[in-house]
Amino acid sequence: MGALQSSPGHPEYIDLSEKTGFSIEQIGVLHKRFKQLSHNEESLRREQFEEIPDLACNPIRAQIIEAFFDKRNYHQNGEGTVNEIGFEEFLVVMSHFRPPSLHITEEQLEKVRREKLRFLFNMHDTDNDGTITLEEYRHVVEELLSRSGALGKETAKSIADAAMLEVASISMGHMEPDEFYEGITFEHFLKLLDGFEIESKMSVRFLNMDTITLCK
Amino acid sequence: MAVTRRLALLLCLLMLASRSPSLASTSAPENMSTGDEHSSTDQGETGHGKAPITTLPIVTWKWQHVSIPYLVALWILVSWLCKLVIEANHHVTNVIPESALLICFGFLLGGMIWGADHVQTFSLTPTVFFFYLLPQAILDAGYSMPNKLFFTNMGGILVYAVIGTCWNAATLGLSLWGCHQGGAMGDLDIGLLQYLLFGSLMAAVDPVAVIAVFEQVHVNEVLFIMVFGESLLNDGVTVVLFNVFDAFVSLGGSKINAAEIIKGIVSFFVVAFGGSLVGFVFGLLLSLLTRCTKNIRIIEPGFIFVMGYLAYLTAEMLSLSAILSIMFCAMCCQKYVNANMDENSVNTVRYALKVFANGSETIIFVFLGISAIDKVIWVWNTGFILLTLLFILVYRFIGVFLLTWILNKYRLVPIDLVDQVIMSYGGLRGAVAYALAAMLDENKIKEKNLMVCTTLIVVYFTVIFQGITMKPLVKWLKVKRAAMSEMTLLERVQNTMFNHILVAVEDISGQIGHNYMREKWKKFEENWMSWLLLKPSARKNQDQIFSVFHQLNLKDAASYVVEGERRGSLEFIRNEGAFVDFKKKFGEDFYDMMPDIMVDTSDEQDRMSATRRDPVPSVSLEMYEQTMQAMREPEDVNTHYLLQQHLYKSRKQHRHRFSRSHFDINKDEREVQEIFQRTMRSRLESFKSAKMGMAPPKTISKHTKKDQQQKVPNGKNKSYYSGDEDFEFSEGDSASGYDGNIPMRVSYRAGAGIENPAFMPDLDPQSSLQIPPWLAEAELDSGTVAPSQLAQVRLPWPSNLHRLAPLRISGRSTDSFTLADAPAAQQDDKEELPPPPPPPPHL
Repeated sequence: MGALQSSPGHPEYIDLSEKTGFSIEQIGVLHKRFKQLSHNEESLRREQFEEIPDLACNPIRAQIIEAFFDKRNYHQNGEGTVNEIGFEEFLVVMSHFRPPSLHITEEQLEKVRREKLRFLFNMHDTDNDGTITLEEYRHVVEELLSRSGALGKETAKSIADAAMLEVASISMGHMEPDEFYEGITFEHFLKLLDGFEIESKMSVRFLNMDTITLCK
Repeated sequence: MAVTRRLALLLCLLMLASRSPSLASTSAPENMSTGDEHSSTDQGETGHGKAPITTLPIVTWKWQHVSIPYLVALWILVSWLCKLVIEANHHVTNVIPESALLICFGFLLGGMIWGADHVQTFSLTPTVFFFYLLPQAILDAGYSMPNKLFFTNMGGILVYAVIGTCWNAATLGLSLWGCHQGGAMGDLDIGLLQYLLFGSLMAAVDPVAVIAVFEQVHVNEVLFIMVFGESLLNDGVTVVLFNVFDAFVSLGGSKINAAEIIKGIVSFFVVAFGGSLVGFVFGLLLSLLTRCTKNIRIIEPGFIFVMGYLAYLTAEMLSLSAILSIMFCAMCCQKYVNANMDENSVNTVRYALKVFANGSETIIFVFLGISAIDKVIWVWNTGFILLTLLFILVYRFIGVFLLTWILNKYRLVPIDLVDQVIMSYGGLRGAVAYALAAMLDENKIKEKNLMVCTTLIVVYFTVIFQGITMKPLVKWLKVKRAAMSEMTLLERVQNTMFNHILVAVEDISGQIGHNYMREKWKKFEENWMSWLLLKPSARKNQDQIFSVFHQLNLKDAASYVVEGERRGSLEFIRNEGAFVDFKKKFGEDFYDMMPDIMVDTSDEQDRMSATRRDPVPSVSLEMYEQTMQAMREPEDVNTHYLLQQHLYKSRKQHRHRFSRSHFDINKDEREVQEIFQRTMRSRLESFKSAKMGMAPPKTISKHTKKDQQQKVPNGKNKSYYSGDEDFEFSEGDSASGYDGNIPMRVSYRAGAGIENPAFMPDLDPQSSLQIPPWLAEAELDSGTVAPSQLAQVRLPWPSNLHRLAPLRISGRSTDSFTLADAPAAQQDDKEELPPPPPPPPHL
């Protein structure tokens, strides 16, 4: 945490660039944003995320913010959460949203897919037991629909249930009456979202330009 | 109806325009083989009795009187019959696209006319095409445009449509001119400006042709929207370019200076944006209009057509781009119109649009074929024609690759090479180019016929040759196909989630990207546009996830009805505890049904236990029934409605009353009475068989009464329920009173597969309140459940069980002790399941 000096020069940028795949310019822009959010501190806390005005009306902001503090998203075997993140962690989490580069092989693309889906999976799987249980899923769906006024909590629940049933029927096929569907495992999750083109959908354009001044 | 009238008018004028030269002369009918023999006799009658009559004619032959509309209708019939013949064998259309076949049929028909008349009487004229055939095709395209996809790829589409089209026009014109200068095509009287004019009319990819070919190959959606969007937008561009160059040609080369060129560029933007703006305004008006068409449901769909057409004509009147106008009108209004109008009207609009669009598409292709069989237009110039074909193909490829190369630098998801090839190859030219060529003024352009003929050849080449080879090419290049399956609910949820995540990431990283803009637009749209343009009642149902969920429920209910009908009755509905998953379990025999009952009872056991002890927090199949029940709760109004529709249908046909403004027939009181009585009788019969059971009928009636009362405040469809409520009350009373009539029941049973489900206590809100175990567990765990809620969970049990008994027996004639035994047996099973872990289990 806070692995970086307050004003990293280019050497650090190059390291980070290799690690996350962002270009130097992008890192520069993101670092500026990081400092803006953290009020020139070296680390970011949850409250500072919550202060972002545009985020206030996002129904699943809690989950998104949590993803930034989740060690699983920093490297493969991480576990648990942290209270503060430094710029490096910020950048690593952001790098999940990098669009895949133009010329990559099938295998690399598959890897990118897996990483992105893992990030998404972790967002659902709050207790890190490797499955998204109905509880967890329902919670997310409820949050997701909490903003649209027409749908009550009950509806959200039934939607989550229906989706879960659908998942069960897709991934398990026919189930015997006494079988239970524990929850979505990562493998199932991969299979379910197979036709989803996540590599293109879960991508944000990171500009080289500095647009922060325009955006509160 | 306005639509029909317009169609009629449209077609009248179609033929009027196509026949106007021959109609000018009185000998016109002699051209028609049907007309000749009578022409001498009917001459007098046609002018509404101008000629003095000597005696009262009983019947007269008035071919002249009806000839125009008659021919219009006949031609439509003939074109559509062509389509019918073509579509009759699928292995041909699998290889050769329909559009190509239609053109070939056009050749045949044209040949026949030529053979009969030795002059081409019928051909596609620009007026007919632009005023009566094109608008509905574009309207349909705009109306069914996937807006989100379109606007996401808007940048790319605009680049292709504007820059690509200008590129095509300029390069074709200049290259042909260059070749002309080089002496490749002999002696032609065409100047540079005229070449450019020709280039501009050939530049556009034709939407009708593109749709016809691409809808059969199912390429991935990004590729499709690119080609399709380009073809729609560049129509506007071409028409503008054409007008500008046409004006330049009229002005003559010497008068064109910088000011004129700048004017041309300005007019280009004004025409394009002005047209879009007109369309947008009409779209808004249309949306506003449908807010208040509640009382004229029957002509509601007509407004879409009339307003769309008006948008087209208004833009045409202001010399703005009419195609862009009608397209944007349809695109803007689709969301609001669909939400505002009655579901039936929406379906009507969809179908009618398809009828018109498909119909006019068919006519366009057939007439493109017919137009070819005309000696007058065929002027052969090998150099000109072949070079045009070559340049079109080559520059299309170069243009697409060049523009994609630039675009890919900015695109999040680059367009790959294969897609680029298909996009280039999909540059089909069509009727727009032909109509524009036919509009050329022969006085200004000496070689008009050569241009028309070249255009036709290009159209035939692209539509027939490229159309046929498109499919193999797509297969050979392994182009990413569109996902054929429908999105699952899970995917929808994930999709929504993605949107929010992406916005959040952009917010956090401080970027202003697509998602940021989209979110802002969405917010604006939700706050202002929806408020202005949507009915208050329609605003609720905007959520996409909810609509999927809603559809799932409807499907579920529909399959329920279908299954029930296959069994010959809706008896199964009585078996209310058993929301059997019919897909898996239906079709088994009575004895095979037994395990299901066991399953049901077992999960009832489960439910009961849920209140007592901690259940397992996972989804199991058994809970499926429960979940479906829970899901159905907000939907049971719909289910009722749906079932009722099905059930009443048999009666509907007997009472057909004509009304110009209403469709509903089921308002007759006696009918309702009768249905009620029939229901009662069959019901009583079941009571009788239940007499050996334990629950008194009173329980049911009371219970349902309570249910209804509960439902009414919640139900959206209050008016619907208020009717049934009364029945429920009377039912309760008469249940005992009718007892004496039981002997009558037998005769009624035969036809009485029909029962009003509304009378059934099947979709009991209370039982759906019985929260499935995992859910109950969640609530217990959370510790936030108020005692009253807990009580609600428990409360329905005793009464529900009572109620289950007789009904189930009536349905299956099982014994009461099945019920009594089953739970015990199942409970044993349940003990073997993993012991319920303490909260929070498994987490």
